[in-house]
Amino acid sequence: MESGGGDRFEMVIGLEVHAQLLTHSKMYCGCAARYADAAPNSHVCAVCAGLPGALPVMNRAAVEFCILTGLALGAEIPGFCKLDRKNYVYPDLPKGYQISQYDLPLCIGGALEFASEGAPKRAGITRVHIEEDTGRLVHRAGAPGDEVSLVDLNRSGVPLMEIVGEPDLRSPAEAADYLVALRQTLRYVGASTGNMEEGAFRCDANVSVRERGAPLGAKVEVKNMNSFRAVERALRFEEERQRAVLAEGGSIAQETRGWVEASGVTVSQRTKEQAHDYRYFPEPDLPPLTISAEMVAEIRDRLPELPGARRDRFASRYGLDAKEIETLTAEREVADVFEAVVGPDGTAEAARRAANWIVNDVMGLQRARGLPPEQLPINAAQLRDLLDAVAAGELSARAAKEVLPRIADGELPRAAAGRLNLLALDDEEVVRSAVTDALAASPSAVADFRAGKKAAMGRLIGETMKRTGGRAKPEQVRMLLEEALTES
Amino acid sequence: MAVGNGAVDLSAAEARRLLDAGELSAVELTEAHLARIEAIDGDLHAYLHVMAEVARRQALAADARIAAGHAAPMTGIPVALKDVLCTTDAPTTAASRILDGYRSPYDATVVARLRDQGAVFLGKANTDEFAMGSSTENSAFGVSRNPWDRDRVPGGSSGGPAAAVAAGTATIGLGSDTGGSIRQPAGFCGVVGLKPTYGRVSRFGLLAFASSLDQIGPFTRSVEDAAIALGAIAGHDRYDSTSAAIPVPDYRAAMTRDLRGTRIGVAEEYGIGGMEGMEPGVQLAIEAAVRRLAELGAEIVPVSLPHTRYALPTYYITAPAEASANLARYDGVKYGLAVEAPTLLETYERTRGQGFGAEVKRRIMLGTYALSSGYYDAYYVKAQKVRTLIKRDFDDAFARVDAIVAPTSPTTAFRIGARTDDPYQMYLSDVFTIPANMAGIPGIALPCGFADGLPVSLQILGRAFDEATVLRVADAYERSEPWAGMRPPLGREVG
Repeated sequence: MESGGGDRFEMVIGLEVHAQLLTHSKMYCGCAARYADAAPNSHVCAVCAGLPGALPVMNRAAVEFCILTGLALGAEIPGFCKLDRKNYVYPDLPKGYQISQYDLPLCIGGALEFASEGAPKRAGITRVHIEEDTGRLVHRAGAPGDEVSLVDLNRSGVPLMEIVGEPDLRSPAEAADYLVALRQTLRYVGASTGNMEEGAFRCDANVSVRERGAPLGAKVEVKNMNSFRAVERALRFEEERQRAVLAEGGSIAQETRGWVEASGVTVSQRTKEQAHDYRYFPEPDLPPLTISAEMVAEIRDRLPELPGARRDRFASRYGLDAKEIETLTAEREVADVFEAVVGPDGTAEAARRAANWIVNDVMGLQRARGLPPEQLPINAAQLRDLLDAVAAGELSARAAKEVLPRIADGELPRAAAGRLNLLALDDEEVVRSAVTDALAASPSAVADFRAGKKAAMGRLIGETMKRTGGRAKPEQVRMLLEEALTES
Repeated sequence: MAVGNGAVDLSAAEARRLLDAGELSAVELTEAHLARIEAIDGDLHAYLHVMAEVARRQALAADARIAAGHAAPMTGIPVALKDVLCTTDAPTTAASRILDGYRSPYDATVVARLRDQGAVFLGKANTDEFAMGSSTENSAFGVSRNPWDRDRVPGGSSGGPAAAVAAGTATIGLGSDTGGSIRQPAGFCGVVGLKPTYGRVSRFGLLAFASSLDQIGPFTRSVEDAAIALGAIAGHDRYDSTSAAIPVPDYRAAMTRDLRGTRIGVAEEYGIGGMEGMEPGVQLAIEAAVRRLAELGAEIVPVSLPHTRYALPTYYITAPAEASANLARYDGVKYGLAVEAPTLLETYERTRGQGFGAEVKRRIMLGTYALSSGYYDAYYVKAQKVRTLIKRDFDDAFARVDAIVAPTSPTTAFRIGARTDDPYQMYLSDVFTIPANMAGIPGIALPCGFADGLPVSLQILGRAFDEATVLRVADAYERSEPWAGMRPPLGREVG
């Protein structure tokens, strides 16, 4: 990927992530915060429409989610913070200002630990603060001069948290890995869905390229990246662009650039001179927030085991391999199912079996059914029942895989297997008769076996199994075959 | 000068007694007011919108409620609402073209509370545009006249409700006070005006001018009525995070008429003893009022509020800064005036260019400048520091006294047009009222005499959330003088 300058240059990236918080109501009013399938402007009141005279009231749950996230990232939670008005004019911003936080955010400092290209990394977090989302503009095409833009305020006032990262990332791949890990952390603590396609997780990047060891170069802010892939592509493009300029002896202008997905390029949106003056000042309609040590302690108690700690524990406790652990811990809910199936006293063998089943069969069915990543098609009790039936020899592994979808539809493992005639054959006479049939039908295999070719036993077992629809227990078949062959 | 005795001259307390005794109906009281509005408001122009039909409906309901024995203190009492208070059943314009015809889908909390009490809404009263001004001359819909002299301003910004209460076209008015906008017009019109402590009354549904300074309060013809009206609107509101969860006392019960042992501060910085721009007639009346308070048993204590002289410049940074953000929402996109143009930017420019008057634009520019990058620390931040010093002055003074008296304004009502060419002279009209807003403390203005036939007003300031003391001092003073009974001549020459 390197061109125009090779290893002389180094890329420096800092990411700013906006994540919608999973509160029931909006940040400053009682309107529902989930607007996904709502008709335009159906989740709107005087407050989030910015009507004259309306005043904001702080959503406590949003504050708590932000603190929870800060704690998950190891941030400091100051005892005092305030809200500020960020002034700019746009039709999707009904008050003409956004209530955000300027110099005294809810959370300060911290770091995100993640893995990139197999190596552990640590990227600093500058701050985490709360703010409100804007509405949305829907542009309607029309004859020239007749195009219209419609304003939908359902999203206006939805709680957001902005997570500002330090410029600690050094490549587009590292940036993408950071985002994945950050998103995973937000999902683990339950603060956000982290869904980028739905706009619940948005990323802007500050990018510069410098000669190794030199001070930071001019910062270019890249916006409009709507997927993880877009972030990585946009950053690769920007890296190449800046390297090329620098390699030719040019200099990079400080500016804001937008990623254009269709053409795969970034284009200049605003130069430094056109930068907004947001005229921040303290929001007089909301008293400053006092965050007590008790409140922080109470929220800290709600922190779940975070992804990194869980991965480490899965490795030491269960001895699973890194790839499996990665898959099992990607979603907190999946890891929870795994642990519930294994149980508190589960052996390493039981863990390996459960992991195998979840990673291959259960997640395969999940994908086939198009379920969201955190939602497995069966729960821990169902999977445990199924594995118990296999362990008890009541169900062959093959049969278990076959009944899995039925279990997902609510049937009990044994009932489903019985209905599908998949339960192991317990009737020795039936198996014995199948053995007799198989021997009669395979004279050459019988001859081979008698001639000392022990491998022929495999063919005879296969023949017998075929005649029982795979339901016979292979050990019993072997035993009966050996018996029959010795007798005659 | 006349002494009134008709239904339109009754105080709310007197009306309450007659209504509850069945000697007067709310319908009669309302009709008397509507008739007087019909007779004189064409000239007075206290109202922007008369809510005759609403008032008649409310009066009928009030009579039924009184008959059923469920009357609240404000049941059947006719009220004028400054047109910055949101009402669902009348336009809310802030006297601005940009909101011409705007109808709020919700009631301001104070409006809802009065509605719940069964008050009668006579109409929406005039104001300077977005409450920015001291004379109502900045109203986009025309100046109101002073009932004592129709060539003079009623003061502002709440000149409409002040003039209505003075002229007998409302028993009680509700206004808002950001730098004196209740007290100064109350003073000019010779009525009582109370600015409560910041946070005492919900601002929800008040069209914001400067959010950290705005406070809603009543205009009345007696201090007792101010206590009644405050009791009806005060108290915590979950829709206003800056409203205080502090219990509302029985203000009327607090008015003991006893000033013995009460320490009243007189601040040298408030021009008592002479200051430039202070009219001699005002000076004399205030000095007399201080003597009267001493005669009533109060202990007069000299106090110092050394940062008073910085209050006005500090205010004219803070208030416009907040206003510049508060008025950003009026963009022609969602409601109110929209002057369409080929581009979004031009739509904004034309809408706001045509929708806002000169004073509003001046303050938006002042505030935008004060918040701009590179100027923010020198202006806005500095102003907040000075504001803290002003507040500390009052804290220090109130450690030694229970209340502070001062003139409400350095002059009596000035002539219409006299100050419109000089914004700074206009701003000086609020020099004595602004410090209370900067400190967030309560203040009342009440009549204390006349100078050249025009009312002079005494201002009494108190500790935060101690409206009770302010009302007690004001009530005791009022009962010792004849001023509260004085009514302006307007409209009485005929009939």
